[in-house]
Amino acid sequence: MARRNMLTLIVIVVLFAFAVCALVFPMFGRGEMRLGLDLQGGIHMVYKADLSQIEPGEEANIMDGVVAVLNNRINPLGVTEPVIQKQGQDRILVELPGVSITDKEKERLSRVALLKFGELAADDEEARWENERGRWKPATAVIDGQEKELTSAYFKENTYVDRDNLGRIELIFEWDEEGSKLSEEITGRLIKQPLGIFEGDESLRGEDGRPIAPIVQSVIIDRGVITGLSYNEADSISKQLNAGRLPVPLEILYDQTVSPILGADFIDMSVRAGVIGIILVMLFMIIYYRLPGVLATLALIFYGTLVLALFKLIPVTLTLAGLGGFILSVGMAVDANVLIFERMKEEFRTGRALGSAIEAGFNRAWTAIRDSNVTTFIVCGILYWLGSSIVASAPVMGFALTLFIGVAVSMFTAIVVTRTLLRLFVGTPLAQRTSLFSVYIGRK
Amino acid sequence: MLDIIGKRFWFFLISGGVILISIISLVTFGLKYGIEFSSGSMMTVNFEQEVGQAELEQGLANLGYTNAIIQRTGAGDFLIRTRELTGEDKTVLQDGLTAKYGRLTEAEFYSVSPMVAEETAQNAAIAVAVAAIGILLYVTWAFHRMPKPFHYGTCAIIALIHDALIAVGVFSILGGILDWEINLMFITGVLAVIGYSVNNTVVVFDRIRENLRMGVSPDFEVVVNNSLVETLGRSLNTSLTTLFVVLALLFFVGATILNFAVVLLIGVIAGTFSSVCIAPPLLVVWEKGEWGRFVQRLPLLAAKAKGR
Repeated sequence: MARRNMLTLIVIVVLFAFAVCALVFPMFGRGEMRLGLDLQGGIHMVYKADLSQIEPGEEANIMDGVVAVLNNRINPLGVTEPVIQKQGQDRILVELPGVSITDKEKERLSRVALLKFGELAADDEEARWENERGRWKPATAVIDGQEKELTSAYFKENTYVDRDNLGRIELIFEWDEEGSKLSEEITGRLIKQPLGIFEGDESLRGEDGRPIAPIVQSVIIDRGVITGLSYNEADSISKQLNAGRLPVPLEILYDQTVSPILGADFIDMSVRAGVIGIILVMLFMIIYYRLPGVLATLALIFYGTLVLALFKLIPVTLTLAGLGGFILSVGMAVDANVLIFERMKEEFRTGRALGSAIEAGFNRAWTAIRDSNVTTFIVCGILYWLGSSIVASAPVMGFALTLFIGVAVSMFTAIVVTRTLLRLFVGTPLAQRTSLFSVYIGRK
Repeated sequence: MLDIIGKRFWFFLISGGVILISIISLVTFGLKYGIEFSSGSMMTVNFEQEVGQAELEQGLANLGYTNAIIQRTGAGDFLIRTRELTGEDKTVLQDGLTAKYGRLTEAEFYSVSPMVAEETAQNAAIAVAVAAIGILLYVTWAFHRMPKPFHYGTCAIIALIHDALIAVGVFSILGGILDWEINLMFITGVLAVIGYSVNNTVVVFDRIRENLRMGVSPDFEVVVNNSLVETLGRSLNTSLTTLFVVLALLFFVGATILNFAVVLLIGVIAGTFSSVCIAPPLLVVWEKGEWGRFVQRLPLLAAKAKGR
């Protein structure tokens, strides 16, 4: 018996050492805890592709195309682990952890064609855009019997940024075949008139803040130049243009953007909450249950280390709610210990010797521990399903997963770790002092 | 020995009162749904300059957002909730605010379309229903060896509904007074509370089962009371340790998971009360066929309470 306990203790110590190593050093290729968007900042978006104009049977191909273009557009942003995934029929999930991009950059990701060209509208004509340079309508031309708008969809994917002789920034592009025809037609018509450039519903503005609307000097057939942008802006637009055009329009269904600074605050706060909560629980256990409380505290330290190591190795994506689940599980983790200790005290009072009181305590408490945790597991399972079925999944899934792991490990630590520690204590002189177990024999 | 069961009618009265208040609040205030369920946009911004809440409300109204809900969350920090914003709406809104109140930094932006909101609400409702059924099945199974499994199952479920109702009721009051909203974390919290509450009840019932088998006393009331007193230490201690961590969450994290922490706090308190003072006494009342007696005693109790 004693030998078996020592063996169990050795296994526990080795497991603990392993967990500590896993937390401190990279292991199995996992260097850091994986943090959710709300903790490290970043973007979580869900797009819906408009497939209404697509022929039946072609949807899957179109969606693959959308994912490819989004990939190309996101790559230049320098995100370390972007997630770009199809979800269901017509949705695309985009997760960009740790980035902080401007709203403009975000908008650009989902635009079919980045830039649109416009000409001044007559007073009686409907305008699509308005700015300090006037009222604008899309610049169109009829090609092969169809009226088409002039947009950057007709750019070749080889735009680049350069400087002209005077050192001004230029964004240089080439038209593709259809674009050449359109451009020839339109610029031929608009000589000495301005050609407005727009992004979505907004004017493309230069470094000086004014709308960019160059006066057409000559017919533009194969290549053109946009001047006036700042270098960064021109570079960003050029990269997005080269990423290709989306085959269908995208609509944002869900958008969660968190600044990385906020995420860092949350981590600090949850760590503080966790540490304080755990210390309170430990103090309570020691004051109320004395020696068994101390052992439960040791078991709790083991528990916390093991759970965190599991989070890192599995890996569980930690969100704020997930941390909440973990902290909550600490409070619940001692429940199994409390059940056992209370039971042990009762057995003690009926006059049993310490050793048999411990065994009886564990054995009798087991059904209650098992039965009572089942409900938590049921709830975790349902929450996990809920999380996997909705778009705003991260907090719910995080909570379900961490609580589940927490409660499962807590059953193990209470039953194996605390019991082994207690058994090892039975043989020592300390065990003779019943006051250490906060039980006074003869008092009931 | 402490007589808990003897005071059962007092406990029922307390719970009945709290539930009545919850229901009244639910009827009058209803619940306020967060954007996850009702769609819309929400942003957390920080102004470098001092801005008053009323001032900001006026500013937003001038920009066309008359129904915007604004909450101050810290020095210069505001949470602004509006209808669903497109990227361009947002740029215009933030430019408008910057022009008026100086530089602002956006800490968080959250936008949910009606389609997603509808799905979320629907699936959350399914989750709550499935959880209730799952727990019902489990409780029936857990007590199938008991003499009257249906009694035990029903009492555990009543305790569960009791806790959920109180949590929802308190949020309805908080919604009416402080504009608190029901969001996904709230639902998560309620489900966690339900699990926790049943967990506590199961431990007490487990002891009743054991004491019945051992034939502690022929009187059911005595058996239940003994079981309650024996498990009281455990019930209270577990609740205390859970309360410690919940309070730590509440005070040190707050803000984003405030809803969640508050639901847990209410749930832990209500859950502990119901597993000690509601579910087991209900068993006794049912066993003794006292339902009628309770109703008869109500006016008497009221008179007694008045007389004090």
